[in-house]
Amino acid sequence: MYLKAFLVGGTICLIGQVIYDATKLTMGHILTGMVIVGGVLGGFGVYEKLIKFAGAGASMPIISFGNSLAEGAIREADTTGIVGVLTGMFELTSTGITAAIVFGFLVAVIFNPKG
Amino acid sequence: MAKRKKLNTTQQKYQQIVKKTNPKPNLVFNCLLAFISGGLVCIVGQLLIDFYAWAMKLPPEKASNPAVATLILMGALLTGLGYFDKLAHYAGAGLAVPVTGFANSMVSSALEFKREGYIMGIGSKMFMLAGSVITYGVVTAFFVGLFRAVLK
Repeated sequence: MYLKAFLVGGTICLIGQVIYDATKLTMGHILTGMVIVGGVLGGFGVYEKLIKFAGAGASMPIISFGNSLAEGAIREADTTGIVGVLTGMFELTSTGITAAIVFGFLVAVIFNPKG
Repeated sequence: MAKRKKLNTTQQKYQQIVKKTNPKPNLVFNCLLAFISGGLVCIVGQLLIDFYAWAMKLPPEKASNPAVATLILMGALLTGLGYFDKLAHYAGAGLAVPVTGFANSMVSSALEFKREGYIMGIGSKMFMLAGSVITYGVVTAFFVGLFRAVLK
């Protein structure tokens, strides 16, 4: 599993680096593009298979964020109907968003900009 | 008119000089570093998943939640301590593409605007870079979800 995580996760980062070096896009563009790709892949249920295969190699890159958004929306829509798209959207991603806001806030309060 | 034309040629010359003297990013080396560092971050993620699955007796798909949170905390702390940029200088996309990059983008923009205060600075500027990821992710997921719900 660790080898698979290394190879798949490394490959995703490699793709990001190739786009970054080969084009004039900023990292922000690339990450946004990856989230969109993740959302679409999540819609087809493809990315879930990759996560099953590679574990953290697929669930740590930002593509997984787009996938989880779509996955949560679809899963909730399956059980509660069309409103579930709204209510289920952040169901799977709330950990990431909450952690990023809370930890990000605390770190920004405690530390001062360097350099 | 003649003056403008002359300026253009000097500009062109300048561009050529810039092109020549600008160090070309070593594509192969950069990619190798991104591959290795990105892979290592994912291995750390996998270690965390396995650790939380064992310590909290969670199934692997649930255990990835605290693992993601831990990686975010690491990314945020490394940014706050000033080490993230130094590492990212070599790792490039290897650190930016995993969730560590998401944490870094929030902390670095919050710190950059800290002098504007806790409300207008940290509070509102935190999402300056991460905001577009969330916005486009949610909009995409909304239409994908809607599409799937209607098709069903």
